[in-house]
Amino acid sequence: MQNIPPASARRPGFQLRRVVNFFYHRPRGLLALLLLAPLLWFGVVYLGSLGALLIQSFFHLDDFTGQVVREFTLQTYGELLSRSNGDIILRTVGMAASVTIAAAILAFPLAYYMARHAPPRLKAALSLAILLPLWSNYLVRVYSWKLILAQEGVLSWFIRLFHLEGLLNLLLSLPSIGGTSLSVSAFGPFLAFLYLWLPYMILPMQAALERVPLSLTEASADLGGRNWATFRWVILPLGFPGVVAGSIFTFSLTLGDFIVPSILGNSSLFIGQVAYIQQGTAGNIPIAAAFTVVPMIIMTFYLIGAKRLGAFDAL
Amino acid sequence: MPSKSAPLSLKIAVGGGLLFLYFPFTVILLYAFTTEDSAFTFPPPGLTLKWFSVALQRQDLWQALTLSLQVATVATGLALIMGTLAAIAVYRTPFFGREAISFLLLLPIALPGIVTGIALRSAINLTGIPFSFWTVVVGHATFCIVVVYNNVVARLRRTAKSQIEASMDLGADPLQTFRYIVLPNLATALLAGGMLAFALSFDEVIVTTFTAGQQSTLPIWILSQLTRPRQRPVTNVAAVFVIVITFLPILLAHRLSQDREST
Repeated sequence: MQNIPPASARRPGFQLRRVVNFFYHRPRGLLALLLLAPLLWFGVVYLGSLGALLIQSFFHLDDFTGQVVREFTLQTYGELLSRSNGDIILRTVGMAASVTIAAAILAFPLAYYMARHAPPRLKAALSLAILLPLWSNYLVRVYSWKLILAQEGVLSWFIRLFHLEGLLNLLLSLPSIGGTSLSVSAFGPFLAFLYLWLPYMILPMQAALERVPLSLTEASADLGGRNWATFRWVILPLGFPGVVAGSIFTFSLTLGDFIVPSILGNSSLFIGQVAYIQQGTAGNIPIAAAFTVVPMIIMTFYLIGAKRLGAFDAL
Repeated sequence: MPSKSAPLSLKIAVGGGLLFLYFPFTVILLYAFTTEDSAFTFPPPGLTLKWFSVALQRQDLWQALTLSLQVATVATGLALIMGTLAAIAVYRTPFFGREAISFLLLLPIALPGIVTGIALRSAINLTGIPFSFWTVVVGHATFCIVVVYNNVVARLRRTAKSQIEASMDLGADPLQTFRYIVLPNLATALLAGGMLAFALSFDEVIVTTFTAGQQSTLPIWILSQLTRPRQRPVTNVAAVFVIVITFLPILLAHRLSQDREST
């Protein structure tokens, strides 16, 4: 045990001690002092920046001078809804939705195994194995797919090994998502996104499946439900909030990403890329701001829907 | 909830999922040793250690690495202070808007990085502050705070209030109680939160592309190598460095939080 000297014996800390005691008896004052710095940071710097961005989406860029005109207008939002920009939004949402669905399918076996079958030690090891890629470098993980999908790379080697060229060519010849090779077709960013966000889907799914009582699946089996029936009518409905919770991440992260589609894929643009290009080289902050408002609005509705489906209880 | 052993098909699917998660890392590791410097031929025509020594001599790589470590250290320090302050405030006293604070701190990682990035960049532009080391740090600390905050709040909730009360009953004043009871209890949570914050900052690229001026952190350096490659295998070597540097603190942080839970 440590020998703790009496308060009065330690002179150097005397002033500090008086300050601490003063605040200890005035919880409101202490609260204000504790929250001052974080609130200044978040309330002023962060929310201020977000607010400023929102305001700028109501300005517009003068086509002749290339300067931002600082007066309220909905012109920028009008441009946002033009045909070509609408296509970009639809393409991004479509990618986010397909990544989400694929992630849910791929995540299920892992989540189910962890929730139902794995002994505690294995379960801890598995959850670490799923967290590790999540926390490791995003860019390195994107880059690895460039290596894998390269024309002369690993995947083509395996495809040749198993004589799957026919299947590959069939996939690549699909209109609008195909391309000359996997890395420059829509499959490139799709696989990279799926890989990047998969852990975000597994963990909430596992948490939700863990809460499905074992007695219910047993009851279903006792009543003659086969594996599929039990899955369809017991596990899926009860585990669904977990899927929705995971989908918040897979969906939102895909919506805002601008690096994956600029490294992989067929140069067709995504929301994040347009926002990046417009604020940078084009200097058109208003349209960039309006483009960032799109994922924010989509996610707001998504979150409201997710809350209704009980996803927040599964987080 | 372990039950009867899993069907074989499930085990295969689990193995497949894990393979999918780890295969890319092995590919990167393999390509760091390839003898080829312009393409990604598989299998590599030969293996060499040459790129590690080439990487050692690349000044730009080392400058980027140093900058990343500096940024991550300062951002983690700031996040530790801010996150702990906010956590103690939220834990100690119920007040109006308490839920809102957790939500506010979560926003920078809940919103797409590009939103935070563009917002900060345009705000920095509006105020006329030059882009510097410090703008990068502010951007990073903004999304690191929540990691520390979450860890500390979780620990505070698990710390028995009775210990604090016992300390006060035995005559310790608030400062002593904080020094000898609260802080030792928080130590591993702070360490774990700090390590995660460090890893998060060390990895960050999206917000950094907006808040950096001429500064090139390691992820920015890798990104520039991806678009304008100069000696591709050096990028692979850098990627291996990054994997090792981030895996270690995460494994450590995980161990620390596991140890706490089992005691």
